[in-house]
Amino acid sequence: MSLLIEQAGALATLQDAGRSGVRHLGVTQGGAVDWLSHGWANWLLGNPLQAPTVEITLGNFSLRAQTDTCLALCGADLGATLDGEPLMPGRAFRIREGQTLIFSQPRQGVRAYLAAPGGFSAPAMLGSCATVRREQLGGLNGDGQPLAKGDLLHWRGHATTMRNLPEQALVPLPGAGLSVVLGAQIGDFTGQSLFDAFNSDWTVDQRADRMGVRLLGPTLRCARSAMISEGVPLGAIQVPADGQPIILLNDRQTIGGYPRLGALTPLAVAQLAQCMPGTVLRLKPVALERAQREQRRLLASWQRTTTE
Amino acid sequence: MTPRIEVVGIDSLVLRLFDQIDEDNMPWMLAASQRVRDAFGAALIDLVPSYTTLLVQYDLAQLDDQQARQYVRQALDGLQPAAAASARQHDIPVWYDPSVGPELQALGERSGLGVAGVIERHSTHLYQVFALGFAPGFAFLGLVDERLASPRLATPRKQVPAGSLGIADRQTAIYPLVSPGGWNLIGRSPVRLFDRELDGFSLWQPGDRVRFVPIERAEFIRLGGDDTPFQEASA
Repeated sequence: MSLLIEQAGALATLQDAGRSGVRHLGVTQGGAVDWLSHGWANWLLGNPLQAPTVEITLGNFSLRAQTDTCLALCGADLGATLDGEPLMPGRAFRIREGQTLIFSQPRQGVRAYLAAPGGFSAPAMLGSCATVRREQLGGLNGDGQPLAKGDLLHWRGHATTMRNLPEQALVPLPGAGLSVVLGAQIGDFTGQSLFDAFNSDWTVDQRADRMGVRLLGPTLRCARSAMISEGVPLGAIQVPADGQPIILLNDRQTIGGYPRLGALTPLAVAQLAQCMPGTVLRLKPVALERAQREQRRLLASWQRTTTE
Repeated sequence: MTPRIEVVGIDSLVLRLFDQIDEDNMPWMLAASQRVRDAFGAALIDLVPSYTTLLVQYDLAQLDDQQARQYVRQALDGLQPAAAASARQHDIPVWYDPSVGPELQALGERSGLGVAGVIERHSTHLYQVFALGFAPGFAFLGLVDERLASPRLATPRKQVPAGSLGIADRQTAIYPLVSPGGWNLIGRSPVRLFDRELDGFSLWQPGDRVRFVPIERAEFIRLGGDDTPFQEASA
């Protein structure tokens, strides 16, 4: 019962919901950046939503099945093929012993999530298998290494079901803008900068990884340049002295000292996780109350669908 | 004391207790952390203390903003500083030596204290853990004697060996893992600060107190230290 990795690509890592309760020790959150696609990939096989999946970044990734099994794919379309036959994300599928699953290159999105029956096996380090290379934590051997050629992936159980993605599961593209809960040091930015922040096009920079994504656009000015470091939440939009925002993601450092506009909503984090460098997007302020209501509705509808 | 409560994200509040870094903050920070943990219970996802603030992340499925603020107010109502005895103290052996601390010599000259003077000043103060961050088990300790204060290196090193002891401004820290870093290195400790094999193990936590104990090379090696001389990584 295993899958042999033949090509590891730019970055492929085991991820789950990440670590909680350990950030006061300097340990980051980690976990699937597009947490929605990760959860849906599990749902397609009837797994617990937080079971470990493989997060495949950009492609150039391939594996060979050493046994017959079912797998599921969700998230980015990385041009996947099963023995040469195109395989669209959003479905569970059978793979037979000897067959090869190849992810070539991104057609839409950045990160694909591959799930296996019961979730992939990996040791829990501080309660999670989330791979964080910088911290030497998580992954197949617990030491933070990404998946490499020759690695064997095992899984924990049997698929209880094989599903296709329901219509309402599709995450809308961030055309309307990424929702931002205002807060933190918002009051310290100049009026012009606040106008620019929410009325300008922002371009996703090449410098984008699991720690953060840099945006290029108008220069934002803040009355304070540095502050005493404090804990920073997921999706925080920090603005260093060059005035170009950096949106902090799952592998961010636990504390930071740059002024912030606020933080993306969880849905917006999942959307940003699928934006290629060069993508043009907007930031859209959302009232906290409404953001909380919408997030609860999203989780509740997910709960309903996933427990049917 | 009236802490400010600020929204910083959809499920996160920052409790701003102080405006300045001060060793006297810590008993208050410790007490506030404990009270917040108790008040939120299972609705707390994460709590990140740092110098003057607490970041509180709560479970949106259980609480909304209003309820979370209510819990915070409850937690901080009538807050008293934690007794000094409740903070743990660690004695951390350090081999202060130019072979593993490339900035030790220069700091001795710049401060006018000489190497022996630097070691003496650095190892007599009882430091406080203000925060952990940058890497698992990396503790920001302060405050370092003003004469030892040193700005970060203009160009951070790509690789700093595990156990290296450094100074940046008026803070001091040990690198738990091999990592990039820009602090001024003055020695190396054989102590394991963070162990991923032990669930949840970190030698120290915010609020703990730390004293450095100078040791000789032989003792450093006996304690399991790696005495490989520091070498600038080639580009």
